[in-house]
Amino acid sequence: MAFYFVQFLTGLASAASLFLVASGLSIIFGVTRIVNFAHGAFYMLGAYMAFTLTERFSGALGFWGGIVVAALIVAAIGVLVEMVLLRRIYHAPELFQLLATFGLTLMVQDIVVLIWGPDDLLGRRAPGFRGAVDFFGQNIPSYDLFLIALSPVVLGVLWLLFQRTRWGVLVRAATQDRDMVAALGVNQKWLFTSVFALGVFLAALGGALQIPRDAVHHALDLRIIVEVFVVVVIGGLGSIIGAFVAAVLVSELNAFGILIFPKISIILVFLVMAVVLIVRPWGLFGKPEAAARRTPGLTVNPWRPLTSGERLMSLGALVLAAMLPLFAGNYALTVGSEIAIYVIFAASLHFLMSVGGLASFGHAAYFGLGAYGVAFLAKAAGLPMIVSLLLGPLLGLLGAAVFGFFAVQLSGVYFAMLTLAFAQIVWSIAFQWVAVTGGDNGILGVWPDKWAAGPASFYWLSLAIAALAVTVLRVIVFSPFGFALRATRDSPLRSEAIGINGKRVQWTAFVISGTVAGIGGALFAYLKGSVFPDSLGISLSVDALVMVLLGGVETVSGAVIGAIVFKAANIWLVSQTDLSKLVLGGFIVLMVVAFPKGIVGTLETIRNRWRSPDTKSALLASRIETAE
Amino acid sequence: MSMAPTLLSVEALSKSYGGVHAVRSVSFELRAGEILALIGPNGAGKSTCFDMLNGQNIPDSGRITLLGEDTVGRKPRAIWRLGVGRTFQITATFPTMTVRENVQVALVSYGRQLFNLWGSTAQFARDEAGRLLDLVGMGAYAGRPCGELAYGDLKRLELAIALANQPKLLLMDEPTAGMAPRERIELMRLTARIAREQSIGVLFTEHDMDVVFEHADRILVLNRGSLIAEGSPEEVRGNPQVRAIYLGEGLVYDARHREGAGA
Amino acid sequence: MRRRHVLGAGLAIAVAGMAGSAMAQSEIKIGEINSYSLLPAFTEPYRKGWQLAVEEVNAAGGINGKKLVVISKDDGGKPADAQTAANELVSSENVAMLAGTFLSNIGLAVSDFANQKKVFFLAAEPLTDAITWSKGNRYTFRLRPSNYMQAAMLVEEAAKLPAKRWATIAPNYEYGQSAVAVFKKLMSEKRPDIQWVDEQWPPQGKIDAGPVVQAVAAANPEAILNVTFGADLVKLVREGNTRGLFKGRSVVSFLTGEPEYLDPLKDETPEGWIVTGYPWYDIKTPDHDKFLKAYQAKYNDYPRLGSIVGYQTIKAAAAILAKANSTDPEKLIAATEGLSMPSPFGEITFRKIDHQSTLGAYVGKTALKDGKGVMVNSVYRKGADYLPGDAEVAKLRPKE
Repeated sequence: MAFYFVQFLTGLASAASLFLVASGLSIIFGVTRIVNFAHGAFYMLGAYMAFTLTERFSGALGFWGGIVVAALIVAAIGVLVEMVLLRRIYHAPELFQLLATFGLTLMVQDIVVLIWGPDDLLGRRAPGFRGAVDFFGQNIPSYDLFLIALSPVVLGVLWLLFQRTRWGVLVRAATQDRDMVAALGVNQKWLFTSVFALGVFLAALGGALQIPRDAVHHALDLRIIVEVFVVVVIGGLGSIIGAFVAAVLVSELNAFGILIFPKISIILVFLVMAVVLIVRPWGLFGKPEAAARRTPGLTVNPWRPLTSGERLMSLGALVLAAMLPLFAGNYALTVGSEIAIYVIFAASLHFLMSVGGLASFGHAAYFGLGAYGVAFLAKAAGLPMIVSLLLGPLLGLLGAAVFGFFAVQLSGVYFAMLTLAFAQIVWSIAFQWVAVTGGDNGILGVWPDKWAAGPASFYWLSLAIAALAVTVLRVIVFSPFGFALRATRDSPLRSEAIGINGKRVQWTAFVISGTVAGIGGALFAYLKGSVFPDSLGISLSVDALVMVLLGGVETVSGAVIGAIVFKAANIWLVSQTDLSKLVLGGFIVLMVVAFPKGIVGTLETIRNRWRSPDTKSALLASRIETAE
Repeated sequence: MSMAPTLLSVEALSKSYGGVHAVRSVSFELRAGEILALIGPNGAGKSTCFDMLNGQNIPDSGRITLLGEDTVGRKPRAIWRLGVGRTFQITATFPTMTVRENVQVALVSYGRQLFNLWGSTAQFARDEAGRLLDLVGMGAYAGRPCGELAYGDLKRLELAIALANQPKLLLMDEPTAGMAPRERIELMRLTARIAREQSIGVLFTEHDMDVVFEHADRILVLNRGSLIAEGSPEEVRGNPQVRAIYLGEGLVYDARHREGAGA
Repeated sequence: MRRRHVLGAGLAIAVAGMAGSAMAQSEIKIGEINSYSLLPAFTEPYRKGWQLAVEEVNAAGGINGKKLVVISKDDGGKPADAQTAANELVSSENVAMLAGTFLSNIGLAVSDFANQKKVFFLAAEPLTDAITWSKGNRYTFRLRPSNYMQAAMLVEEAAKLPAKRWATIAPNYEYGQSAVAVFKKLMSEKRPDIQWVDEQWPPQGKIDAGPVVQAVAAANPEAILNVTFGADLVKLVREGNTRGLFKGRSVVSFLTGEPEYLDPLKDETPEGWIVTGYPWYDIKTPDHDKFLKAYQAKYNDYPRLGSIVGYQTIKAAAAILAKANSTDPEKLIAATEGLSMPSPFGEITFRKIDHQSTLGAYVGKTALKDGKGVMVNSVYRKGADYLPGDAEVAKLRPKE
């Protein structure tokens, strides 16, 4: 039937742009192991740049010239970013680059509004591709046909590039084993730069080619980035063919899925990803990831419990913090409560990420589940606050137990992506199931009981629970279980060989972490008096990652400091300026470059240097370093 | 020696990958206190054999009986619980812990305290860990970060970890790879002494023939997946077939293994 | 652990220090919150609107002699951040009332906050019916015509169409779902003969327009209801135009006549859609003329619907504060209930029964003029005529 054929072609056209962007991301990840969060930002810049070039300079370049030049300009920006920023942090702990590119993304969102204004921009239609082709009574836009033809061409060019050029051979070798390329004496710096440039070029081209179909606006980046991550992961990281097949798969499933379930789009890609990852843990065309390369020099400092002096000081600080209501106003106390809650949340992710070595990209799911748990209990069942607070986090526990079981079967980026998929599935349920969750209008009226309603009482409650959660997690870190968890993270091979059931240990850690996050969410519901789906959302998950990384992923107490600094800066900036994203993004990028070990990691290094000024060699000095 | 009980009995073990026979009907036995070397050129099937014994690889056919239990299909951790210690060709330790903590983790597992969320690991079996470290000569390094040990020390630490569950059998994959000659001899002497004292059976693969001939009670020679010779060092040394395919090449150890020895 | 508390305390001191001195007796503060960083396309004209109103109010002597000051905060598009901002405005800035918000969920979050903390809240732009009905509370009033009112205005026109086979396209979240639900309900009441042949629910902001257009076309409806807006609308229109979806079919579309949504479509604006909106170029009333001239003189730009809403929000707030002559929330509520005042769209009243204002909207058809989209044949529909009867409204609102 003509209709189904045209629907198929329409799906292919949607796949084309997805593929361009995804292949760029995949290439960059394959070689540099950078999870380039800014890929969506480059896509968006490509669209904006192409808009300007085709509107203002179409005389000189023509439409197509404008598209290509736009992609080239953005690729040049990419090169600049790689040389100035990323090069400095390749040796930082894994995922730190994610933080840097996240900061960039925030900045770009504000920068495009400053340059191009806030309005949606309507780009030109491609000359020669304005109309549609009639196919047995069905219309196919000719531009769709152009896109359908383009993506195999790009795939072919990339294939030739990788198979037939020396550069391509090096890239493939680097994808397999980075250290080997270094051993071959290849200038790794320029290999990375050129790969990054190619990846950014593809992203920008994908963006530029959208202007005849889409409006150009400042939220394009987030719209594409998550979907592209998903496509890359379904296809298998580093595999261009995989990206192609996954893009087609996702687009076609969507094109036909909406005929049967019109509401499927919102959840479809994540469902596909979850299924693929459970069945094929490395994606359709991916290979098992080589063991994570641990960076020497940063990871050798064994953790130690606080000395009794430090414990006293912590207690003193806690007492000091508890005295806040004596001199601060209601607003400061509420901000204090919010920060305390974020400390709980960040500490829970830190436990999973730093202690367990499992970086969750969807940790907000458990925070949000805790919040919804409280909302259901308090609103639907009418339970008193103390009972809801105790039982609400169990929803987080339940979610973590179910999702964690599947997620811990994977590791590294695949683990991150599966947790993201689960979080998105939970989010879409909360967002869509209006009858139960109220949809995006949320659940209102979850206010604390009288005894905790005052800002000071609630602050004390939050502070006490935060102190308790951080202490308990710390105790667990140094408990036999904590050591088993770290052992599993450090060397799966060795821990299996000493009888540790790594998956079960990690699953337990996942459940602990999810439950603690749920406790944070439960408090959050009472702080705000309401629950909305965005407490399950990606941006909250990313916030948590940023807090952990900012504090220092390889420290024990980094998350606490990271949460305080990030949340305080965030609240203050949002209150002070409409350009909070630009400032916050710039702050994050600066932090990453200046303090690649995070705030606490850097403080520790300084302290350790200062404590051993007279040791003769740096090596010796580093030997007595320990991480508090 | 022949009176000691049989620890490990391997019968007609086979494994092939896509038609290539990596291991072909290999059978042998190992007794308590015996030190048995498994040698052969690269690609002879030593690692595949080892992985099957260890539970990391499942044989196509054959039987492995360890301390009276059939271990085919069991996970490495289950085999460890039977009393098998293991060291790796490239050391596998926990670089973010101190030397003592490395051993303590193994002791935690042995004491079945893995899911103890509340105790303090620092005090857990501290003396036992110290004793094991002393045994391998690492007592002075107990508080050091493991990530900074020299490679030879890592090998000794790994031995201490492998001894934590009071094993009946040690499986050591190229125990001296990547070490300086003097260190090799020291490590193997240490291993042999502990094995004899505690009546532990040792099965090891090795490229360095000096090490093999000095320390092995018995030698198994693999070639292209098949066992081609078995016997005392003298017997194997005199075996013309072994000389032809292996020793005759003058290949005592593979230089590659000296590199790539990152912790 | 230690540093956390030191920092926490330090922060608190800093915040407390910033909290500002007691409200000066010579001024009245309004706390305003909106999604400035997330939705600048809508909130910039809105901000210009309220800034104009503040100028006018103060030029005319302020509020009973006191200067009107608006303290504006960004909510980043997040309900939780909006509450933080609301709290700051109330606790630290001691504002007399809260106003603003664009997104429905943020409007509801602030409304719930207002109810809990007993603060007066004038919701400017959120459309959800819940804010005045199912989740309405005594502290919250809303200015802009609601989802229900917009639907009722459109249904009046849609029911006149001969079309019997209808399809719907709406973003898959509460706004889209309730817009479709209300439209269907009202439409089926007036026209029991119509059939709903297809519904498409693309995710908000992520429409894959090609397949959606194809799917709707395959159901072969005679008329289409559209609820998508913004970038989704642009994609839908482009795909629909190219694929001929709108040829020979009637389209009824929420809000599309508002310049915010119509202008980006430029020369691709589809013609003949029945829409609600704001044809600022066609309104020839003295009230609007005065507003238009002042706005253009100040900003050298034309107003969007957001400008009207922003302008009228502050005008209404000023009228309320002037009448109450107090900042006591109870007195503000008493002053607002039943209060009538002029607006650029003519006189409006804040209803006592559900706290909804009777601000209306223009209904007309889209057309192309000089390569730009415009609304033609537009008629102003008074809000009061498109709200259900008092008995029904009373049932919708929770008991106090």
